[in-house]
Formats: sequence, C-alpha cells, structure tokens
Amino acid sequence: MSTVLDVKGISRNFGGLKAVDDVAFILNNGDVAALIGPNGAGKTTCFNLLSGALSVNAGTVLFGGHDITRWQPHQRARAGIGRTFQIAATFRSMTAIENVEAALMAAGMNTDTAEKLLEDVGMSAMTAAPVTTLAYGDVKRVELAMALASEPALLLLDEPTAGMAAEERHRIMQRISDLVRARGITVLFTEHDMDAVFGYASRILAMDQGRLIADDTPDAVRNDARVQRVYLGAPEDGDA
Amino acid sequence: MGFYFAQFLTGLASASSLFLVAAGLSIIFGVTRIVNFAHGSLFMLGAFIAYSISQQFGFWVAVPLAALSVGAIGWVMERTVLSRLYGAPELFQLVATFGLVLIVQDAALWIWGPTDLLGPRAPGLTGVVRIFDQPVPEYDLFLITVGFSVLGAIWWMFTRTRFGILVRAATEDREMLQALGVRPARLFQATFFIGAALAGLGGALEMPRQPVSLLMDLNIIAEAFVVVVIGGMGSVTGAFLAALLIAELNAFGILILPEITLVAAFAAMAVVLVIRPYGLLGKQATTAPHAVEIQPPQTLGEAGRLAAAVLVAALFVLPIIAGDFVIVLTADIMIFALFAAGLHFMMGTGGLVSFGHAAFFGIGAYAAALLVERAGIGMEAALILAPVAAAIGAAIIGWFAVRLSGVYLAMLTLAAAQILWSASVQWQDITGGDDGILGIWPAAWASGTTAYYYLTLALTTVGIVSLMMLASGRFGILLRAGRDAPARAQALGIDIKLRNWAAIVIAGSAAGLAGGIFAFSKGSVFPDTLAIPNSVDALVMVLLGGLHAPAGPILGASVFALLEDSLSRLPYWRALLGTAVVGIAVFAPGGIAGSLSGWLKRRRERSA
Amino acid sequence: MKFPRLAAIAAVFAVSVTQANAEPIRIGEINSYTRLPAFTEPYKKGWQMALEEINAKGGVHGEKLEVISRDDAGKPGNAVKIAEELVKREKVALLTGTFFSHIGLAVSDYAKQNKVLFVAAEPLTDALIWSKGNDYTFRLRPSTYMQAAMLAAEAAKTDAVKWATVAPNYAYGKDAVAAFKQVLKKLKPSVEFVDEQWPALFKIDAGVTVRALEAAKPDGIYNVTFGPDLGAMVREGTVRGLYENRTVVSLLTGEPEYLEPLKGEAPKGWIVTGYPWYAIDTPEHNAFKAAYEKRWGETLKMGSLVGYNTMLSIAAVLEKAKSTDTDKMIAAMKGLKVATPQGEIVYRAADHQATMGSWVGRTDVVDGGGQMVDWRYIDGAEVLPTAEEAKAMRPTN
Repeated sequence: MSTVLDVKGISRNFGGLKAVDDVAFILNNGDVAALIGPNGAGKTTCFNLLSGALSVNAGTVLFGGHDITRWQPHQRARAGIGRTFQIAATFRSMTAIENVEAALMAAGMNTDTAEKLLEDVGMSAMTAAPVTTLAYGDVKRVELAMALASEPALLLLDEPTAGMAAEERHRIMQRISDLVRARGITVLFTEHDMDAVFGYASRILAMDQGRLIADDTPDAVRNDARVQRVYLGAPEDGDA
Repeated sequence: MGFYFAQFLTGLASASSLFLVAAGLSIIFGVTRIVNFAHGSLFMLGAFIAYSISQQFGFWVAVPLAALSVGAIGWVMERTVLSRLYGAPELFQLVATFGLVLIVQDAALWIWGPTDLLGPRAPGLTGVVRIFDQPVPEYDLFLITVGFSVLGAIWWMFTRTRFGILVRAATEDREMLQALGVRPARLFQATFFIGAALAGLGGALEMPRQPVSLLMDLNIIAEAFVVVVIGGMGSVTGAFLAALLIAELNAFGILILPEITLVAAFAAMAVVLVIRPYGLLGKQATTAPHAVEIQPPQTLGEAGRLAAAVLVAALFVLPIIAGDFVIVLTADIMIFALFAAGLHFMMGTGGLVSFGHAAFFGIGAYAAALLVERAGIGMEAALILAPVAAAIGAAIIGWFAVRLSGVYLAMLTLAAAQILWSASVQWQDITGGDDGILGIWPAAWASGTTAYYYLTLALTTVGIVSLMMLASGRFGILLRAGRDAPARAQALGIDIKLRNWAAIVIAGSAAGLAGGIFAFSKGSVFPDTLAIPNSVDALVMVLLGGLHAPAGPILGASVFALLEDSLSRLPYWRALLGTAVVGIAVFAPGGIAGSLSGWLKRRRERSA
Repeated sequence: MKFPRLAAIAAVFAVSVTQANAEPIRIGEINSYTRLPAFTEPYKKGWQMALEEINAKGGVHGEKLEVISRDDAGKPGNAVKIAEELVKREKVALLTGTFFSHIGLAVSDYAKQNKVLFVAAEPLTDALIWSKGNDYTFRLRPSTYMQAAMLAAEAAKTDAVKWATVAPNYAYGKDAVAAFKQVLKKLKPSVEFVDEQWPALFKIDAGVTVRALEAAKPDGIYNVTFGPDLGAMVREGTVRGLYENRTVVSLLTGEPEYLEPLKGEAPKGWIVTGYPWYAIDTPEHNAFKAAYEKRWGETLKMGSLVGYNTMLSIAAVLEKAKSTDTDKMIAAMKGLKVATPQGEIVYRAADHQATMGSWVGRTDVVDGGGQMVDWRYIDGAEVLPTAEEAKAMRPTN
C-alpha cells in the first residue's frame, strides 16, 4: 500500500479560534476514510485546507509525495484531488450534461465520456435538464459525476448524503462505494449519518474542537472512550 | 508653519463638503447596494433649490429646507425607479441612475436656465479669522464644524438608534435583517431620504463657495466615488478619512505639482484598492452582491446563424443603395457593436462587470493616433498595434482587477479609466490634452467613406465572430463555470483568476481594435473616448441588447446609435435619452434580444 | 441594377437631389449648447436674429438661408460626427459655430480633410489660424493672442513686476498665459513670473488655489479662469484678501456672461477684456441693442454679438461669392468686409482671422452689478501681427 496523502500537523486559526489544531494523518491507496465530529469540530475547515480553498497557518500537506501546502485549489485539482461541497455546487447556467462536460474540459479530457459518468451516478434519464430544475439529491449526483470526471486519485466528499432521505442515502453511499472501489480512488468523507459512516468507511478519523482525537478502524473508534465522551457530551444533531 | 496650518484648514473645509456627499452615497450603497450615479445630481439640486429659497427667505432658511427637499426628491427616486431594481443586477441599477442624471440635468436647465447663479454668502460668516496671522474664512471654519457634527450625528444614529442599528445590520449582514423581521422597503426609503438629504445639504452649503452651475453634478460625482471606494463602501467613518485624504492631497499637491490635480485622486484610489481591496475601513460583504444575473446563455441556433449571414450580406451591399451618411452611421454602429461585444463577453460570460471599459477603447484610439503621429507608422500597422496596446493595458489593469469581485472590480476599472482620462487631459505634451490628436486619417487605399466602411465591416465582423466563438467554445464554457460557482470551478482545476484575466485581456483588445478603427474613421482622438460617459454608453448598449443573447451587442449598439441620432436633434434630448434608459432598465431587463426571444418563446408555447 | 426596388430608391434619391436646388441655402451649425449654455444660448439668439433679418430682406441673391443647428454636448468626437452628418446627409454649403477651442480645431481638421468651408465663430485658440491653420477655416472672434496682447499692453503700464498666473489646464489656458507672458516681457523686460496655477477646467478648488497664489506674494495676478471657476476665484480670493493692493488682469471677465452673475460681488478695478454693451453709443450698436431687446426681451451678451456677426459674415460671403462652391466661397472670404454693430471688420487673407476687436477697461460695481468702466475699443488689426509674420506661422501646405 502506498501513501496517497500525508498530513503533517496542519493548523488553521480564525482570529483567536483554533479551527484546526495540529492535525496529522495518513491516507493510503484505497482507503475509504470518514472524518467525523460534532458541528464545529473543524471537519469542513480541514477539508478546505486539503483542497486548498483555505491556506494553513502551520504544517505540511504531502500528496503523492509532493509538498502541496502552498498550492492553489486548481493546482491541487489538476494534481488529482477531487472534491464535492457540503452545499452542492454546480454551474447553474448549464444542464446536467454540460456541467459534466465542463468538468471534463477543465481536466483537459475528452467530453465524450460525460454521458457515461452521469449514467454511473444514476442520472442518465436527466442529462439534458438544467441543473436549476433538478431535485437537490440529483444535483449532488451531478456534482459527484463532476468530481469523478478528472479521474482523481483522492476524492474529498463533504457530507455526500446531506439533505437526502434515508433510503436515498444508502443508494448514494452504495454507489459511491462501488465507483471508488472500481476505480481505485482513495476517499475521505465527512458525514453526520452514523449508519453511512460505519457502513461504508474502512477507517474513521474523529475530530473535536479542532483536534484529531481518534484514527482507527470503525470498531476501534466505536469503542473509543474519547469519541464516546464527545458524542455523549454533545449529542449529534443528526442532519444539519 | 502658519501657512501650512491654514492650508490644512482650507483642505479640511473642502474635505467636509466632500464628506457630506460621500457619506450619503456610502450609506445608500451600504444598505441598498445601489451605486448611485445620480448622487451628484442630488448635490446639484441641493444647490439650485437653496439658491431659489435663499432669494426669498435668506441663506439660513434655505440650507435646511434645501436638504429636506432633496431628501424628498431622493425618496421619490427610490419609490419610482430604484425600488423596482433591487432584485436586478448592479449593472441595471447603475445604468438606471445614469439615466436619472440625464433627466435631472435637463430638468435643472429647464427650471433654472443656463446662466450660473451666484448665491448669497452666509450672513454672519463673511469675514476671516486670523490664525497664525493667516486669513482663514469664517465660513471654512463653519464647514469644518458641520463636517465633524454630521460625522458625530451619524455615529450617534448608528450606535444609539434602532434605525441606525438596522442600517448597520443591512450593511453588514442582510440575512440578519430578515431575521429581525424588518421590512426592507421602509428601511430603504428612509436610507434614500437621509442619503439624498446629505447630498442636498452638501450642495446647499457649497452656495457661498462657488456659483451654482449645471456642471456641479458630474464634477462632484467622480470625486465622491473615489472617496467612497477609498473609505470602503458602506463605511461612513471611512468616507470621512478618505475625504480628508483626498482634500489634503489636493491642498498640498497643488503647491508642488499644480498640473496633476485630476490624476492624484484617482491614483490614490487605485493604490488603496490594490493594497486594501475593500477600502480603508470596508469589509467584504457577507452576501456577495451578484454582478450579473446567472442564467443560461441564449444560443444562436440555425435561424440565428442564417440571420447573421443575411446581416453581413446586407451590410456588404449597403454602400450600393445607401447615401454617405447612412454608411457613416452604420460604420459607427459596427465600431460600437465591437466595443460592446467585448464588454458583453466579459460581463455576460465571465460575470466581470467593468465600469471603465472606455479605458481600453481609449488606449486603442490613442495608441493608433500616437503611433501615426509620433512614430510615423502607417494605418495598417497602427490598426494591428491598437488592440495589442489595449491588451497590454488590459493585462495591467486586469492583473489588479481579478483579485476583486463584483462592484469592487467594477470600481477599480472605473478608477483605472479615470486615471487614463486624467492623464489624457493633463499630459498635454504627449496627448495634446483636451485638444486631442488630429489628422489621423486612413491610408490612401482605405480613405473615402465606402472604402473605410468595408475595412470597418471586415475588422468588426472578424472581431465579433471571434468573440462569439470564444464565448460558446471551451474557453467561454470554463469562464462561465468560474462565474457560476467559483469554488466548484477551482476544485475542478480551473484557474479562475488566470481565466478571468484572459477574458479581460480579450475584451480589452476588442475594445482597443474598436478604438483604433474609430480613430481613423473620425480622423482624431480626444479624451472623451476615455471618459465615464463612453463607459456608460458601452454598458447601456450591452444592457439594451441583452446580456445573455449572442446578438445582444449588435442589437444594443444599433438601437442606441439610432436612438441617440434621432433624439439629439430635439431640445431636452438628454432627458428623453435618460427616460429611455431608465425605462429599459425597469421594464425590459432582458434587453431587446431577451424580450424578443421571450416573446417568441411565449408565442411558440401558445401555438404548440 | 437588378432589382426594380433599388431602381426606385435611386430614383427617389435623384429627385431629392434635383429638388435641393430649389431649396434654401443650408448652413450647418454646431455648438456646445448643453455643455456651456451660458454663452451659447445668447449666441444662438444672436445668429437667429441675424438670420431672420437676412431672410426678411429676401435672403442672399434671392435664396433664403436655412441653418441646421446641432448640439455637440461639449465633445469634440460628437462635433466631428455631426459635421459629417451635416455635410453628408444634410448637404450643407458650409459649417459654422463651435465654442471650445479643441472642438473648433477638430471641426477645422474635418473641414480640411473633406474640403468644406468652416467659419469658426467663437473658439479662441491661436492654433486655429496659425500653427494648425488651413485653407478652409476662417475665424471671427478675437483670438487668445489678440485679447492677451491687449491686456499685456495695459499690464505693462502698471507698477507690477512680480506676476502670478492662474488659468484652466487646457489649450486655451496655456495659450492665454503664453501669449500674455510673451507680450508683457517684450514690453517690459523687468517683469518676473513667480507662480503658475493650473486648475482643471470647471473643477477648481478655489480656496487652495487662492492660497497658493498668495504664498507666491506677486504684485500682479493674471487670471484666465471663467464660468463657475471665476465666481469661485472671486469669492475665495476676496474673502482672503488676495486682490487687495494687487494689480489684477483678467481675460474675458468683462463679458456680461461672466460679470453679470457676480452681481454686487463683482471685483473692482480689474483690468479686463469684455463687452460694455450698456455704454456703447454708436448708431449701429444702438440699433442692434434695441432690436435684440425687442426680439428676445433680454439684454445683450458677448455671445449675442458673436452669433449676430457670424451670420452676417456668412451672408456676406455668399453675397460676394455668388455661389456655394467651396473654392469660390474661400476666395470670397479672403479680405471679406462685413459691416457689424461694432463697425466694419475684415477677414484677413493672410491668416483668415477677422479683425473684430475687443473692449478693454476696468471692472466696477455700478447700481449693484458688475460693469466695465474707463473702457475703450481696440480694433483687432492693432494687435494682430503683420500679414507676413502671420503667414510665416501657418503651415505651408
């Protein structure tokens, strides 16, 4: 197993608040890792530090052996980091297929595969629909297809099931799981839905108040005393 | 020492009157997000109304009454025009307020006549006070007091009254306002009343310092913009500091370099925007104002392509059937269509609004003229180098501009255009100043109305078609992606800044080519190619045609040119043009192409 | 032509061309009506009155005159566009008008390129007839040089040695200062220029400008500002005592357009050029004054006289040329004599400048308003360079 992502002690402050505080972990090829923690634990900030949307105050991020700490988001994307957003972001002036085609163009790839990508995420029936007319769950699927378009080595998924009904959550998680396994993509995802986390993650990273408090197999994390304390002290509020 | 202190006080007095105008502008922007070009007109109305009242009731009655009347006028403007535009993109609001400027100009001419009016001086404050043995007018000291008092009053209002707290909430966090259950309409009306009243007060208090004239509106507005942008849009304290900075820069600059007074203010603005993109005390708005509406671009389609081919063919045979002047007018329209097409490209596809697009047109025109006049090169080379020069200018301006977004980007382009305009006026050894550069006529083979018409047709067709292809091709799609969802686009590997920068350079070179063609068609170049009205014309053409239709710039330029051509013969034509502009912004926000295709779509749906 | 419709269009054009001969002689007039109405409105009334008088007498050689008047909004680009339209669409016989120097130059360049006669009414710049003079352009109003030279001659008679100047920062201001300096230095070599202020046109910050002038401690001040800038300079300078015990020489300030708005605050004792219409007592001028007041119900301005003289000049040249052919009109313009309310003026063949003169006097407050006193009329011919000197200043082509 080779190391895909090596995060070395990254920190980020907002004013006096330490949103991410000396977080370090490694993702290996093929990992499907979940990043959990109560609201405000620093998950999304951590994501933004990895994708380059925010810059770190301290620490280093190595991706495929390269120090990408100072790289811009688009440089990281080109190097092979794909992501989705907590609130799905698509190009609102375009149809579903145009969105995916734009993603392929951005990666410098042939746009012929757009239809196949939409089919992969279960959207083949609605390729010509403007994204503004799609249901939220479908927008998330389109966004997933866009993130997959560049064939990333690492995929960052920020709450992939947020805003979905229970049965749809499972469908989308199953689909993601199948797709990344088939393509050998390493995944880091955040999620509030513990069923999704424990059902699909091979590893779990837990954060609290900016710090990483656990990094282990699902079973080990489930029994981790600190994780339990965090969740008991501040019970998860489900799906925010 | 005494001299410099007195000079400082003189500057402070100017700063106070500038502050009154800028504070109103800043509050209005903060709350309503409207960039109010008509604020200078309110200032001018304040002076005129104060003059009229003072003839009957004297100075001290006239000043407060004028301020209140102008407040009421501002309220009416808000109710009748601007309240219909809150949902609309900034561009529409700006263009509509410019329409109001034109209307107020003619209204003032109609009511008060053309002659400058010298109002009364302030009774009781006509003398001087000796400070360090220097004469300082009592009225200057009074103005300084008013400036500080208004600053204090606004501070008190913002921190101690419910209204002020709501104004601050609206400025800093829109959602919070809704959470508080406030009806924005009432707040916006009150804000407009106060902002307008401050402008009116500023105008009324100017009465003892300068004659009341029809030039007051445009003279103050550019400076007021500078102050608001330097201070940070929406920040009243910032406006105060900026007014002080600008006025003192002028007061002491005049002692050293009396010839560059115009450039100094805009240069200061550009420097501040580069160092502090949101001004001295400005904050990036939590809800980023949307510069343009996001909607799918209309596509040309088969019928559109056919129409385009027919149009080019018709233009090709036009000289056979039409008289000289029709040919000249058509050539002008083609030049403006190319100018507008560049702006349409960066605004419609890239979401990058420029309030200073004349900068690139002017660079192209001046580059062509200077190359012919100074370097003695021919027309052909000059027409190639004009867009190149504009592209270089756009690369420099754009490099700073892409770091900003929305109205701040627009304001930086405005500042850049104003710097170039000031330079063209004041750097007389090179540009000839207001006299411009004359005798820039086409090469022999292209001279004559018809020959130059064909050259214009060829170049503008190539330019416009290239822009259309860029917009609908890979470059345009990725540019639009960056406009729609910047974070998403970046996460896909799109370098948005680089792409936006390239879009500005492309738009700039199109404008530069238009400027170069224009220079040879008129045989001359003047600073007004770089001035604000030229930038506004481009915006109006884009808006008129429709921001999201490929044919927008062509339709917009045609209708605008014909409108101006037919109206400008009539008395009070500016008011008519202004009314037309306001009407379009309010009633046809999709532009001609947008309304037309909407109408066609409805028809098709009905018949289907 | 293949299409019958094209033939029909061509026929319509042909008809309109033949009809044109039966129509009045068209004159294209361009001015900055909305940009500087204070001067251009009275100017318009002046030429309109002259036009009415000429047509009432049956026009020129039996043909009536028609003026197509357009507003350039103070933009030279517009002026060129309008010139093009007037020549190409309206088929005017000649162009006239313009106020701002740069617009005058732009139209002049257009006239040269398109071989049209241009009778410039008001632009003052010397370049129009000298350094950028051309065959097609003639100018009525006394130029910057002429007026500045008249003032310099008066300034040389005063005790002032150290001079400061204040002028709007554009061609007219620069010319006016250069001409004044040149003539004054020649007349009185001991003078010294200690400060120059160049406020932007109509954007003066009068308070600081006044203080900068004061700091230079001059004996004399030469002012070229006008319009709203002048009002601000008078007020801010007076309150700060700038003009106390100093000689002030001021270009155009005696013109009613600029002096009247100042009312009781008009400066006293400034040496100015202007137009004391209220005190000129010649039969010609009295008739003009009475007719103007009757026609418009208002008093004369400088612009009224300029507009009136412009139209008289155009009628005179058409009378003399007996044709609207450009070459014939140009030949007629050279040495053209025109009888005007201020006496006979001549368009010099050497440099195309009319000898219309100006009034020089001192300002004072009479009956609560500004007026010129101790004035005298100086004929333009007195201050113009000789024909040879003038010719040498013009480009040779």
